[in-house]
Amino acid sequence: MADERRGAMLTTREPDELPGDVHWYDLPEDEPEPEEVAAPRGRRLRAAGRVFTRSAAILLLLAAWEVLPRLGVVDPVFVPPLSENLAAGADLLVSGRLPEDLQASLVRSLSGFALALLLAIPLGLLIGWYRPMADALTPLLEVFRNTSAVALLPVFTLILGIGETTKVTFVLYACSWPILLNTISGVRTVEPLLIKSARSMGLKPYRLFQKVILPASVPAIFTGVRLAGAYSILVLLFAEMVGAKAGLGYLILDAQSNFRIPDMYAGIITISALGLLFNLLLIGVERRFSTWRTT
Amino acid sequence: MSVKIDIRNVRKEFRIRDTREPFTALAGTDLDVREGEFLTLVGPSGCGKSTLLDLIGGLTEPSGGEILIDGMPVSGPGLDRGVVFQQYALFPWRTARANVEFGLEAKGVPRAERAERARHHLDLVGLGGFEERYPHELSGGMRQRVAIARSLAFDPDVLLMDEPFAALDAQPRESLQEELLRIWEKTGKTVVFITHGIDEAVYLGQRVAVMTSRPGRIKEIVEVDFDTREGDLRAAPAFGEYRHHVWTLLRDEVAAAREQERKVAVGHG
Repeated sequence: MADERRGAMLTTREPDELPGDVHWYDLPEDEPEPEEVAAPRGRRLRAAGRVFTRSAAILLLLAAWEVLPRLGVVDPVFVPPLSENLAAGADLLVSGRLPEDLQASLVRSLSGFALALLLAIPLGLLIGWYRPMADALTPLLEVFRNTSAVALLPVFTLILGIGETTKVTFVLYACSWPILLNTISGVRTVEPLLIKSARSMGLKPYRLFQKVILPASVPAIFTGVRLAGAYSILVLLFAEMVGAKAGLGYLILDAQSNFRIPDMYAGIITISALGLLFNLLLIGVERRFSTWRTT
Repeated sequence: MSVKIDIRNVRKEFRIRDTREPFTALAGTDLDVREGEFLTLVGPSGCGKSTLLDLIGGLTEPSGGEILIDGMPVSGPGLDRGVVFQQYALFPWRTARANVEFGLEAKGVPRAERAERARHHLDLVGLGGFEERYPHELSGGMRQRVAIARSLAFDPDVLLMDEPFAALDAQPRESLQEELLRIWEKTGKTVVFITHGIDEAVYLGQRVAVMTSRPGRIKEIVEVDFDTREGDLRAAPAFGEYRHHVWTLLRDEVAAAREQERKVAVGHG
């Protein structure tokens, strides 16, 4: 995804500075692919085969996790069999500890993520649209993007204390960069021919933005949003491990330091499931908004 | 017939990065396009054909001279002119119908009428039933049909076409040429059609304007008139004569353009 965008940036052309008869259109010639024709039975078999290939590696990992500790290949004290971890997870679920921590984490992640959407998308559109602003701000944005958010956590803690504000701001900060940078690049790499075509129909800058720039940037914005979704969970976990009294990060670290190893794995599995679920959700939303994309 | 587009002594220069001298695309270009005529414009590559079209479309401003439409100077783009580009320039997030409606939205046509006019114009270009397809679900020829329908739908007086069929294969190109003529006869629009194909220019144009190499001027305008267009027009002797005449006019210019390119390449090396 990221590479796709970079490729698009390299081919940015500047029509105004090109001389006469040069054609700067280079839209890919993507003819519709012929529909796959297959007998229903063959298709069903192939679908089953696909499901198998896609889940085989995961099933193998889970099986190994169950079997290897039981055989003593790995130390069952440090890596208990999967079933024990799941049982511990069920206990945590019933006791209310897991839902409580999950809720604490979700509230922080989602508020930070939502605030980042509200802040970074409009800002990115603005910066991308005003070329001088983009030129002036890009170096600064690069500096911030390449400064790990995690490195800045102590600064946030210093300024905002150790409460909820710090954690939400921290997530907001980390999520803003991918959204912001992808939005800017999305706006700036809109196919120049589309802009020219809309201009030829007399569209004024505001309408041009609303009817061409914005819809054309949607895929790039979504790339940023999905990255941000992953970051929101990633960085929050770190913040919760460093200083918190609730949340999945706290649960995992607390379980580890009290040697409740199955509890720790239960927390890790929950995080992993949460991340997957969030990503799937965002992909679903993305599909809804970009049915027109060929890929 | 009255003059629709009046191009008077037009000059167009571009600034180019890292050079002091401006790049002159057009100089001393004069051309009258008559109301309702089909004019084709041929010239060696790099002669400024597309620049001239951009100027008529109001997408850029001339560095000198003036362009009048119905006696009024061009002051920017407008819905009185429709542009069709070689690479279709369809909005990929809009269906065929919504693409055709684009110009109508810009014009402020009410929603119900927009849908009706989009359907009508898609029918006109032979795409009835493809209203809800996205551009990536259509072939190259169909996409160009959508683009033509889009430009016709907001009912411009002038259709500006920049090598619209150059990216198509021979078969869809010929059928689109025929249909374009049919639509032109039906709608009576003034058409300025750029091409680098001599056959296409002679086949489509009532007049063929031949341009010089850069900086482009109009070298000669060839009136094309066939006794009959019945049968295989391209095989008719008269067609061959027109074709040869235009080819002869172009030959020297193409050689000159090549010489220019060579010089530029040496200069940069």
